[in-house]
Amino acid sequence: MNRMISYEAKDTPVHRLSGFTKLVFFLLWCLTSALTYDTRVLLVMLVLGIVIYAVSRTEWKQVSGVLKAVMLFMVLNLAFIFIFSPYEGVKIYGSRTVLATLPGGVAVTAEQLFYEFNVMLKYFTVIPAVFIFLVTTDPSEFAASLDGVGVPYPFAYSVAIALRYIPDVQDDYRRIRDAQQARGIDMSAKAPFLERIRRVTSIIFPLLFSAMEHIEVVSNAMELRGFGKHKKRTWYARKPLKRADIAVILGTVIFAAAALVITWADGERFWNPFLTRLP
Amino acid sequence: MNNKKFGIREVVAMGIGTALFVVLTNVQIPIGIPNTYLQPRMAVMGFLAAIFGPVVGAVIGLVGHALGDALFYGSVWWSWVIPELFVGLAIGLFAKKYKVREGGFDVKAGVLFNVMQVIGNAVAWIIAAPVLDIVLMGEPADKVFVQGIYAFLGDIIIVGILGTILLIAYSKVSGSAGSLKKED
Amino acid sequence: MEPIIEFRNYGFQYTAQAEPTLSDIDLRIFPGEKVLIVGPSGCGKSTLAHCINALNPCSRPGTSTGSLTVGGLTPEEAGVFGMSKIVGTVLQDTDGQFIGLTVAEDLAFALENDMVRQEEMHARVDEISGLVGMRDFLRRAPGELSGGQKQRVSMGGVLVDDVKILLFDEPLANLDPATGKDAIALIDEIGREQDKTVIIIEHRLEDALYRSVDRIVVMGDGRIRADGPPDEILCSDVLSREGIREPLYLTALKYAGCRVRPEDHPASVTTLEIAPYKDAIAGRYGGADPRVPETGGEEILRVEDLTYAYRPGEPVLKHVDLSVRRGEMVALVGKNGAGKSTLSSLICGFIKPAEGRILLSGEDMAGLTVKERGERIGLVMQSPNQMISKPMIREEVGLGLAARGVPEEEASRAVEDALRICGLYPFRNWPVGALSFGQKKRVSIASILAIRPDLLILDEPTAGQDYRHYTEIMEFLKDLNEKTGLTILMITHDMHLMLEYTDRAIVLADGECIADTTPARVLTDPEVCAKACLKETSLYPLALACGIEPPDLFVERFIALERGVRAAQADKGGAA
Repeated sequence: MNRMISYEAKDTPVHRLSGFTKLVFFLLWCLTSALTYDTRVLLVMLVLGIVIYAVSRTEWKQVSGVLKAVMLFMVLNLAFIFIFSPYEGVKIYGSRTVLATLPGGVAVTAEQLFYEFNVMLKYFTVIPAVFIFLVTTDPSEFAASLDGVGVPYPFAYSVAIALRYIPDVQDDYRRIRDAQQARGIDMSAKAPFLERIRRVTSIIFPLLFSAMEHIEVVSNAMELRGFGKHKKRTWYARKPLKRADIAVILGTVIFAAAALVITWADGERFWNPFLTRLP
Repeated sequence: MNNKKFGIREVVAMGIGTALFVVLTNVQIPIGIPNTYLQPRMAVMGFLAAIFGPVVGAVIGLVGHALGDALFYGSVWWSWVIPELFVGLAIGLFAKKYKVREGGFDVKAGVLFNVMQVIGNAVAWIIAAPVLDIVLMGEPADKVFVQGIYAFLGDIIIVGILGTILLIAYSKVSGSAGSLKKED
Repeated sequence: MEPIIEFRNYGFQYTAQAEPTLSDIDLRIFPGEKVLIVGPSGCGKSTLAHCINALNPCSRPGTSTGSLTVGGLTPEEAGVFGMSKIVGTVLQDTDGQFIGLTVAEDLAFALENDMVRQEEMHARVDEISGLVGMRDFLRRAPGELSGGQKQRVSMGGVLVDDVKILLFDEPLANLDPATGKDAIALIDEIGREQDKTVIIIEHRLEDALYRSVDRIVVMGDGRIRADGPPDEILCSDVLSREGIREPLYLTALKYAGCRVRPEDHPASVTTLEIAPYKDAIAGRYGGADPRVPETGGEEILRVEDLTYAYRPGEPVLKHVDLSVRRGEMVALVGKNGAGKSTLSSLICGFIKPAEGRILLSGEDMAGLTVKERGERIGLVMQSPNQMISKPMIREEVGLGLAARGVPEEEASRAVEDALRICGLYPFRNWPVGALSFGQKKRVSIASILAIRPDLLILDEPTAGQDYRHYTEIMEFLKDLNEKTGLTILMITHDMHLMLEYTDRAIVLADGECIADTTPARVLTDPEVCAKACLKETSLYPLALACGIEPPDLFVERFIALERGVRAAQADKGGAA
């Protein structure tokens, strides 16, 4: 539970940007990374991501735990792609360069490896963006930023409530788990499937029950202080846009547009190095 | 319920529900297949959708999944985040019929809840997620459909068992004393 | 002068309920007045408050009769938003109403909803945070604040609106005694300086009276039972009739056979004219021998040199030593964050000590798992809702045994025994939802008793309970202790509880054990009280005023009398 990424206040150019700017960057970045399979674009994004990460002075220990988790997931995913679809690269790039043959007759092709290399690159371009966004954006700004990009404010505010109550719910979870464990419900011990569900229930039910009571109190408190009175609301923690923000937003939009234009310049999503080698 | 009030309670339910969903991201039940776990958070989302309706369910799934991914895995798999909203939507569609808080979650409501959760999960994991994975992420079709079917099975099992248990229990707890008698 | 709040022949009934919750309410409150509304749980005092701020019937549907005007408006018509400009409500749950991610945002919440411009908002938050003494904490998250600080923020959060009326719903419920004192003082200050009408709803009368009020309104069963100046209300018998605990010093006077008169200003122990009663008190409490704390029984729990830190360099517990003997009922007290919960977590094995040992009946527990410890040490959490995970009572009580694989027949017997001890046997086949809060509490205790532990640890067993439920739970625990010889360790900051029901108090402050003696001695020691954020008992100034030395003997004698009276009442009232 400890290895959750969290915001850390610092004074860097990235921290000084408005949450709105960083949200726009984050969303466009994710979209671009998802859509493009142009290796050149992906490599540029990767380098840019690492540069911004360095500028934000994010410390390794803030993210290392999470990075390990995502690495494991990535390796598994790449393995799955190979197992289920070993010739996907061949299909995409239209050529077949066999490098080796595995026992069982499956061929390892350069195309497949290159395709999976691109998939991996895509992950690596997204990871720094997520880290930068979470580590440098004050959670207080989050809801205001969502409101800024057009999310209706009650929805935006529900995200603020979520961020506000995650630590409380976490404490509640720990306390309930401990107490139930003392009563003899041991979550870690091996047990048949239904028994495991029963154990989880004995923690989740009190947790949900407390949450339901909490929902009542919080909604009363919010109503008493006028939440939802008007069609709009202002935000104490919104950071007004400065020149740097405008520059970053424009830069991001131009970059994203350029990236997509370059990607589809040859009418194809995939950049094909194998093509050039063929006569 | 008064309409205006319902709005605020909905907002709070989305917020606290999302917090629950995120916290439970790390609570997983192994089922014996390596790296395959059931996710109790799906049952919690189903529970809240059944009480507060489709919008609350959809938002908890969507935001909870995105935040949970980001906070714990430093990455957001949008192609698996977006389909989440179909599950909450489907379950929450008949929230009024389940009558959980009135103590009326009976066999009929339980069947309806499970039919809806199976439909929602099917749309999400057998259709939406693989299609998004192929279109948005360019992943191979064979792989994503297999993954989708696994996710579908896992989710219908956990929502079906844990979700139903939670709803029955909560419905019993919130029901009134009614015809109860003391026994010697 | 026109009243700012006027109830005329007012009644209110929730749609979901068969009977009206309020009836025949006639009450006028004038601008600038400070009114304390007291009454037992379920008397309708919260309903009354929520009629003023329009949560009733706008949020919880119901119908009203008669008329109610607040600041010239009819709440029902003005709605919750309309009323929020006139009435600022501070709810009792300090965590629940802290909505913002930081102090500043929570203070600004109402302003944000009113679309106030950002610069204006920043200026207003700065001003209000100064008023409630939170200016240095603007960037803090709720998790980094104490209960008292959170309450200050809640107060600020409604003051930003420049309301005319401040409405406090049980402001003392979640605070330790010293913080509660501060809260009452702050309410008093703000009320006077900002010229607000203040309404405080509480059942802890003595604590609420730490600062003077203009009037006390006593409620019972949905009606107003009495309404008058504190001196008069305290001299009448309406409080005891309605099950509200009168201040301890007045009980002490009563036991001495004194009839207190309003003209002697009994509203506070500091204003009370003691001269007419001095002799009676000296006579009643002067002679008898002090109670000798029993030290018999073998040692059941021993904590040696225990040290623990969540973060390196910031120990929460520093070299704590303590011991508990079989059959004892001991209080573990100290302010929030003093290390009480950490200590119980260490004893239960949720966390491992950095240094030191914990011995149970002489055996080092270091090697035991949480589950194994759980068979010998039972932990009952503060709220039963944090423990109850089965809808049916019998299943809930049997949960621990089922998890341990105890054979059905044996488990069933143990469950039934536990249910009988807790007076829940007649309800064994009921759903938990049909029970009252106090009964749920007993379910959570029964579910631990069924495992048959040697030592029971209870976290705040009476938090949020009114006098009647408090007595019910504590008498039950005392009975349990006396009849079964079960050792009970209670984590609490309730002064009355430790005085009346425990033989010994262990006081923690800043991670150290600063006292381990009789509760009477702890609560008559100003230095210990100050360090541990306890509030010295009002019997202490009374003893000093009457010249009884040493004061703790006076307290001991009083408690001995009090226990006798209670026992007699309990016998009369039967097992219920």
